Amino acid sequence: MINKISASVAEALSGIEDGATVLIGGFGTAGIPNELIDGLIEQGARELTVVNNNAGNADAGLAALLKTGRVRKIICSFPRQADSWVFDELYRAGQIELELVPQGNLAERLRAAGAGVGAFFTPTGFGTELALNADGTPKETRRIDGKDYVLEYPIHGDVALIKAEAGDRWGNLLYRKAARNFGPVMATAARRTIATVHEILELGAIDPETIVTPGIFVSKIVKIERVATQAGGFKQA
Amino acid sequence: MSHYTKRSKQELAQRVAQDIFDGAYVNLGIGQPTLVANYLPAGIEVVLHSENGILGMGAAPATGSEDYDLINAGKQPVTLLPGGSFFHHADSFAMMRGGHLDISVLGAFQVSATGDLANWSTGEAGAIPAVGGAMDLAVGAKQTWVMMDLLTKKGESKVVSACSYPLTGIACVKRIYSDLATLECTPDGLRLIDKVEGLEHAELERLVGLPVAI
Repeated sequence: MINKISASVAEALSGIEDGATVLIGGFGTAGIPNELIDGLIEQGARELTVVNNNAGNADAGLAALLKTGRVRKIICSFPRQADSWVFDELYRAGQIELELVPQGNLAERLRAAGAGVGAFFTPTGFGTELALNADGTPKETRRIDGKDYVLEYPIHGDVALIKAEAGDRWGNLLYRKAARNFGPVMATAARRTIATVHEILELGAIDPETIVTPGIFVSKIVKIERVATQAGGFKQA
Repeated sequence: MSHYTKRSKQELAQRVAQDIFDGAYVNLGIGQPTLVANYLPAGIEVVLHSENGILGMGAAPATGSEDYDLINAGKQPVTLLPGGSFFHHADSFAMMRGGHLDISVLGAFQVSATGDLANWSTGEAGAIPAVGGAMDLAVGAKQTWVMMDLLTKKGESKVVSACSYPLTGIACVKRIYSDLATLECTPDGLRLIDKVEGLEHAELERLVGLPVAI
C-alpha cells in the first residue's frame, strides 16, 4: 500500500543530509512552507544550498534558517528587500554565497531538472551581467534564427519543501490561489519532495481533472493547521 | 523658450492606458506602471498578468477582505476577476518568454535610443543585487514599454545613446512614455510619437541630448 502521509514534520524531514540542495517554495506571503523550514532548523542539516525566490524576510522562516549559519549558498532572484537584514549581514560579511538568477530562468532551470532536460537556451539575461559564470567568464551563447540566447543548466534538488492546500495518501496535491507559485515545479525537480497540506482527502476524492501535482512527484505530505496570519499565507475573512 | 507643463504621474498613467487595446494581455511592473490599471479605457477588456501566477488580476480588495494567498508581484493583496486563473511559476514565465503577453510596462533607470534597458541595478559598489522578473519581462512580451520621467532629479536625460547602468536587456524597449514626450526606440534611434503641449521639438532634443526623428 502506498501511504505518503507523515505523522509529523520531524518524521517527514528525517534523513536530510549535510550538503543537501534544498528547494523551498513560496513567493511573498504565499506558499512559504514555514513549518518545514522550522523543522529543518530543528533537524540540523548543515552546509546547505537553498533555492528560493527570495533570501528570507524579517527574522522567521528562511531568515531564521540563514541565521543558524547552516546555509552555505543561496540561489535566488530577489534577495534584497526592506526586511532582508539577516541575509544582508551574512552576505556583507562574506558568510554566504549568492547565485543571482532571473526569476524566469530560476523557474525554467527547475523545470528542466524535473523534465530531464540537460540544459536550455534562453533569451533572458543575454548581454547582461547575469550571463556570466561565478568566475566572471561568459556563459555559452548561441544565435538561433537571428535571436541571441544564453545556455542555462538545470537546478536539481536533493529535497523540495513546499506548501500545498490539500493532498491524498498517494501524494496528489492541490494548491490555493497564488500560493501555488514555485510548488509544482520544485516538486518535479527534487529527488524527494515534502509538502505540507491543510487537508488530507480520501483517495479518489480529488477530481483527477483538477490535480495539479500528481503524486509521482511527492514523497511525503504532512498535515498542518491553518494559521490565520499573513505569514501563514492565509487570513480568514 | 518653450512654455509647457509636464504630465503628472496620473496623466502619464492615463497616456499609457490610452494605447492598451481591447483583449490585450498585459503585465504592469511594480511601482509606477501599476497605476496604469486605474486608467484603462472603459468598454474594453484587458487581462492583467502577475508573474507569481495570476491571469485576470483585479483591483485591491476592500480592507478586511485581504487574502494573503492572493497577492501581486509587489506582494500586495489583489483580487481575481471572473475568468481569471492560477498557474505555477514556470508556466507564468513561459507566458512572458514565449511571447504570449502583448504588453509589458516597466520602470527604468535608463533606456538607450535603440531600446536597451537598464532598470535592475545601479551598479553601485557593495550594493546587494536583486533582479526578480525584470530581465524576463524586458525580453519576453510582444511589446515592452517603459514609463518614466524623462530627466533625473539632476536634470540628466534618462534616454541615452548607451546605458551606463548594468543592462536588463538589449534592444527590447519599443516605446518610452515619459512626463514630457512619448518616444519610439528603433534600430535607427528615437522617433517622436507625441510631446506635451508647448514643448518645442528643438527643446525636447536639447533635453534628451539626442536627435529625435519626427
